[in-house]
Amino acid sequence: MQFALPVLTLCIWLPIVGGLAVLTSGDKSPDVSRWAALGFSVLTFLISLLLWTGFDPASAEMQFVEIAPWIPSFNAWYHLGVDGISMPLIILTTFITILVIIAGWEVIHYKPSQYLAAFLIMEGVMVGVFSALDAVLFYVFWEAMLIPMFIIIGVWGGPNRVYATIKFFLYTFFGSVFMLVALIYMYFKSGSYSILDFQQLPLSLTEQVWIFLAFLAAFAVKVPMWPVHTWLPDAHVEAPTGGSVILAAIMLKIGGYGFLRFSLPITPDASATLDWLVIAMSLIAVVYIGFVALVQQDMKKLIAYSSIAHMGFVTLGFFIAFTIFNRSEAEGGVVLGMAGGMVQMVSHGFISAAMFLCVGVLYDRLHSREISTYGGVIHRMPVFGALMVFFAMANAGLPGTSGFVGEFMVILASFQADFWYAFLAATTLILGAAYTLWMVKRVVYGPVTSDKVAGLRDANGREILVLGTLAIAVLALGVWPDPLVNVMDASIQNLVQHIGVSKIAAGPAAVAALP
Amino acid sequence: MENVYLTIVLAPLLGSIIAGFFGGRIGRAGAHWVTILGVGLSCLLSLYVVVGFVRGTLRVFDGPVYTWMVSGGIQFEIGFLVDKLTALMMAVVTFVSLMVHIYTIGYMADDEHNWPKESLAGKNGYQRFFSYISLFTFSMLMLVMSNNFLQLFFGWEAVGLVSYLLIGFWSVRESAIFANLKAFLVNRVGDFGFILGIAAVAMYFQSLDYREVFAAAPQLANVQIPIWGDTHWSLMTVICVLLFIGAMGKSAQVPLHVWLPDSMEGPTPISALIHAATMVTAGIFMVARMSPLYELSETALSFVMIIGATTAFFMGLIGLVQNDIKRVVAYSTLSQLGYMITALGASAYAAGIFHLMTHAFFKALLFLAAGSVIIAMHHDQDIRNMGGLRKYLPITWITFLLGSLALIGFPGFSGFFSKDAIIEAVHLSQVSGAGYASVLLTLGVFITALYSFRLYFLVFHGRERMDEHTRHHLHETPAVVWVPLALLAVPSVVIGWLTVEAVLFGDWFKDVIMVAPHHDVLAQMGAGYHGQVGFVLHGLMAPPFWLAMGGLALAWYIYMMKPVIAGYLMVRFGVLYRILDGKYGFDQLNMALFAGGSRGLGKLFWKTGDQKIIDGTLINGSAHGVGWIAERLRCIQTGYLYHYAIAMILGLVVLLTVFVTF
Repeated sequence: MQFALPVLTLCIWLPIVGGLAVLTSGDKSPDVSRWAALGFSVLTFLISLLLWTGFDPASAEMQFVEIAPWIPSFNAWYHLGVDGISMPLIILTTFITILVIIAGWEVIHYKPSQYLAAFLIMEGVMVGVFSALDAVLFYVFWEAMLIPMFIIIGVWGGPNRVYATIKFFLYTFFGSVFMLVALIYMYFKSGSYSILDFQQLPLSLTEQVWIFLAFLAAFAVKVPMWPVHTWLPDAHVEAPTGGSVILAAIMLKIGGYGFLRFSLPITPDASATLDWLVIAMSLIAVVYIGFVALVQQDMKKLIAYSSIAHMGFVTLGFFIAFTIFNRSEAEGGVVLGMAGGMVQMVSHGFISAAMFLCVGVLYDRLHSREISTYGGVIHRMPVFGALMVFFAMANAGLPGTSGFVGEFMVILASFQADFWYAFLAATTLILGAAYTLWMVKRVVYGPVTSDKVAGLRDANGREILVLGTLAIAVLALGVWPDPLVNVMDASIQNLVQHIGVSKIAAGPAAVAALP
Repeated sequence: MENVYLTIVLAPLLGSIIAGFFGGRIGRAGAHWVTILGVGLSCLLSLYVVVGFVRGTLRVFDGPVYTWMVSGGIQFEIGFLVDKLTALMMAVVTFVSLMVHIYTIGYMADDEHNWPKESLAGKNGYQRFFSYISLFTFSMLMLVMSNNFLQLFFGWEAVGLVSYLLIGFWSVRESAIFANLKAFLVNRVGDFGFILGIAAVAMYFQSLDYREVFAAAPQLANVQIPIWGDTHWSLMTVICVLLFIGAMGKSAQVPLHVWLPDSMEGPTPISALIHAATMVTAGIFMVARMSPLYELSETALSFVMIIGATTAFFMGLIGLVQNDIKRVVAYSTLSQLGYMITALGASAYAAGIFHLMTHAFFKALLFLAAGSVIIAMHHDQDIRNMGGLRKYLPITWITFLLGSLALIGFPGFSGFFSKDAIIEAVHLSQVSGAGYASVLLTLGVFITALYSFRLYFLVFHGRERMDEHTRHHLHETPAVVWVPLALLAVPSVVIGWLTVEAVLFGDWFKDVIMVAPHHDVLAQMGAGYHGQVGFVLHGLMAPPFWLAMGGLALAWYIYMMKPVIAGYLMVRFGVLYRILDGKYGFDQLNMALFAGGSRGLGKLFWKTGDQKIIDGTLINGSAHGVGWIAERLRCIQTGYLYHYAIAMILGLVVLLTVFVTF
């Protein structure tokens, strides 16, 4: 389907141009910058909705494709397009960015226009990552993403921000260099940088294993998966609220997206051979990190660890595919697991954003993230308290909220792979509830513990607007996930069929050839 | 009919939303009226449905409301299944809920006193409370009216959520917010099993729809599934046991019972509604609903029966030593839930549901009456400070007595029919463990009578032990409180007599509950059934009746005639008393092993795993490694000109030498 308007280009460049405009306007009149930034982000969001309305869910083909020559000497193209996997993530990005801009409205006093510009540019770059179909373009956006985030944490961050930014930068950069090598290798093999060509490129098992490991290094750091997760709590703790929101809600999703766009389709045989590794890392993330989250004293750290545990469900959902293939011919469980991982990503985008914003609301008032500073917040902030309890319940995966949908799908699917996978994954029902609600008990409930808490005022209209919007999203996705699942279905089925075919020898399912 | 069912479900939800979001604007009266209207409408329509089934004008409804999602070849639907089992549950739930709504007007009238003055959360507490109990009614209806496992799980967790919110309603109390966290987490342990059970169903049946699953079940009866290596278990046993673990959490069966006594921290109306009459019986309902699955696994039935009987007897014992009026009733609830569960294990599903129904009425009555006593006593719940209250609270007294008689199974009262049926059914059962269960249940009758009438005599008879001030202010509670008591007392007395024939031995549950012929103990009993009078006369000659009378008499003797005996026994059997008073040590074990163990494990993983090994050694270690090498290399670059000059000269000399010599 050809769309007259270059929707994707607009979604990438409108916020970037807007960001540069806001940046150059300076801090003379912060309100103008704020309204301008809000205008750009809302406009981008509205344009991105065209992707949803114009999308053909029956097709697994790339849609809204734009292609133009870019660097002919490398055969690199400005090639954009979305399928059912990337489209929801783009809308998530444009949606969350609006909320982040509103959330920082009167909180950021230091260089507000630069702050807003960083987020707008970030938005464009992240949309670029999700829509790039050319590996060079993808890589440029991928690395460009680090810069605004580096600045956001480094300039508006907490006291230990330098350590956190360096750790964040080096960790992610370390991972992505391997990916670059893999991309260049495949360029030499295929003569093209097209990701879609890579997906069709025949590769031997050895080649696949190396490429798979290179991708794993990049994506596992981004997700982040155990044991390369330790940058995340540090980054979150130091980042300003908006930074944490973008980090948790969108940037982590890029790792998950990478597995679906690169690892699984490009190296299906290596994925099948090494799936045990990813599954083990995912299950450790769910169980081990669940316990770690339980003992955190800092709210942001707790939510950061909870993010890692929840992202464990995403990678688990993706990589149980091969075990299910092995056990039965039916692809149902495979589709369910992948769709579950995707739903979990979108849902986690809402819930983690909301949780970090909740902490932000408290932090703006008392400048502390320590759980022990609070207690009895509900007596002073009943509206905020109710919202926080709601999001905590969503974080604990209560049915009726979006947090349940993805976990439920992945648990159902992992049962089809192995009883014990499901057993370990389902411990999140207990652990997730334990660490989230124990925090709620200590922060929201109980008697008012100090004069500082006694002096709290309830969330203002702006804060309620942001949190309320997220609450509606969480509820809507929990009560009726069909629209989201439906829009992804064709693309996921297509992917499942693709990974079921070996790249080494044509014919039988990939796993059949393996020991 | 679909619209009627939708109205039944959505009316309480609408009431809840209005009272919850606009509570401040519509005020107290607005909040209780809107919720009472919502639940009242549900109740009327539910009764209409029951009447429809009784008259035979209604047929079973099984249809979808909307498609939740479709993925992996499974259709996930939200939909209703309304048959006679559902209709009975709907009537019980909405009727008790309506009574509790009305009662709450009186109970929560002076709720401001429970909050610190400056608390904003306490400002609209009254409205919020009504919003929660209506939300609960909605959730419970979703649970019982579901036609699939997904919605069942939704309702299952949603009632858990409301239970959490209500146990911790008085959120300034440390004990309340401890209890609600504990309740939620223990329930989650059960749900952990439950969701795995649902996953097993989804995998092997490729559907979550009851009708499809039940239809396909017989073909899968002999399937063995691999668990670990070469170990294979029967699929049906695995599914049934996993689902039952969920029921053990929700219906508070040993060892997941620990949350229920603590849940008494919540306001009394919800103890009656949620923690006695409805939510805690969800497990019993679920197993009865799944009878086509449970009938295929005798191992699971045995497991169910043994857990139930253990709970019935040993939790009843604890009730003997409690001094908090609500906790005595709470342990009694645990014990009675055990009776229902045991009945399920004996395949006497109808008897379990029958006891569920009678228990819902008389236990809600007992709780609400206890609440009435608590109001009169100015929120003192210690029965050692009561006594002789029958003079001051005549209506509460009579209704409490009627409830207690129903509870101990006094002939003719509702509890008599249901409990006798369970005991006889278990006695006839051939499932392994039935002998054990039969003995415990029979002895349990004695214990039930003993703790019930210990409570009754200590509260309403004997010496008045309260202080002068309290005694002076004692008077019967207002009409909004006692009218629900009176209305609940009616079914507590007569519902057994009226319905025993249809529910137990008639065709009420025909085609709804499936019982394999060789398990069908109720059919055996039905062969000897000749009307209510015969049932009562038969009961008069059976041991349970004499055990109940013995317990009653002993309670009367100890607490009315010779109060010193109680103290003497406490000393004489000190060890036993301490075991019971310590509730067999479950709480200590859980706190030390699970709560403490998890925190210890968390600290270990965090401090050692994350900080020492990953960050300390690998990440910062490699950074330090780079730093260390750089440190060494830096020594060469001193910045001093003469160092460089020397180096250049030395280099030149070496190079020249090399050039010259070679």
